[in-house]
Amino acid sequence: MDNFLEVSNLSKAFPGFQLQNISFYLPKGYIMGLIGPNGSGKTTTIKLILNMLKRDGGEIKIMGLDNISDEKTVKASLGVVFDSNYLCEEWTVTQAEAAVSVFYKNWDKKKFSELIRRFHIAPEKKVKELSKGMQMKLMVACAFSYDAKLLILDEPTSGLDPVSRDELLKILSEYIEDGEHSVLFSTHITADLERAADYITYISYGKLFFTGNKDEFVDMFRIVKGGRNELTLDLSEKLIGIREFSTGFEALIKSEDIKMFSHLDVEPTTIDDIVVFTNQEGDHYE
Amino acid sequence: MKLIISNVSGIPIYEQIKQQVKSAILSGELQEEEALPSLRTLAKDLKISVLTVTRAYTELEQEGFVKNVQGRGCFVMGRGSELIREQLICKVESNLSEAINAAQIADLSLQELHHLLDILWEEKKNG
Repeated sequence: MDNFLEVSNLSKAFPGFQLQNISFYLPKGYIMGLIGPNGSGKTTTIKLILNMLKRDGGEIKIMGLDNISDEKTVKASLGVVFDSNYLCEEWTVTQAEAAVSVFYKNWDKKKFSELIRRFHIAPEKKVKELSKGMQMKLMVACAFSYDAKLLILDEPTSGLDPVSRDELLKILSEYIEDGEHSVLFSTHITADLERAADYITYISYGKLFFTGNKDEFVDMFRIVKGGRNELTLDLSEKLIGIREFSTGFEALIKSEDIKMFSHLDVEPTTIDDIVVFTNQEGDHYE
Repeated sequence: MKLIISNVSGIPIYEQIKQQVKSAILSGELQEEEALPSLRTLAKDLKISVLTVTRAYTELEQEGFVKNVQGRGCFVMGRGSELIREQLICKVESNLSEAINAAQIADLSLQELHHLLDILWEEKKNG
């Protein structure tokens, strides 16, 4: 089984919001970033994968097994980290370990104590006394202690300082180094992803915008810059998103249209640029 | 081998890796049969995507600089390899063209340029 996660035609409707036909897959041994602006459906997708929400349609396979009919088997190999801590605040780290470990047959006590030492988490501290970065690392330590094969993180970097963010990325790239583990994480801080992620799945307003190789995604677009009078009618038809200001404009174009813009400044783009320019109000790019 | 990634150069990361591996091979710093850093370890160390390194290594293999041995890693091809020789000749050509440009600006004749080349060649040979 080469794909650790396969999502096909996933749909879920809420009043005022619809997740429509989301499909993507994550191969074994790689990191995928789930991106999109707030309210685009990232957390909904993750909750559907974890069966915390009932899907309306579609299919989700984790390591080849259905996430609902084989829920117990699936969850034994799944690690989860949320942006807010799910452990009881009054527990000490040692108590938290005792509480979580009973759910996993293959819990490795030695590994857990190694990990919290490495992450500089004091075992006698209460969960609520830990900083946000520490709490996140405690959840990661839990997932690694039962050798979760697929780690799913929902907005793990939000609220973390740059040092903790960097540490998390280091932990994740070490985790997949052996080629036997995969990571799916949602985020809106795309600078973190820019380098570490192998795959990107971009959801916008409940619809799948892109899924696939991150480098290819970034290479699909370019940023073009020029003076206001340089923006002719036929050029402006090719723009995906634009920001105009008193002395010029900045716009996102498809790389295939690059020739038409060769007389202007054309630059490589970032994931942030793409997300910003494809989510401008009243201008939904299809 | 030194391998570093610039975030401001505007050159794609896979291209930066390719260029640095190539120049290490051409300069002889990486010897024939020497192994490149493991793909996944390099990705981890440089904090970049595994697929980015994969792309760099695959293209290096297509261009004949390295060969990929399943399950063992990526190894440098001999410098005698036809493609690497071609790359070296390319480099000679472009450096010579630059010399010609400078010579024309300085109003050197072809004969004088030849003479200069002879002197430099001898100097190099005698260490």
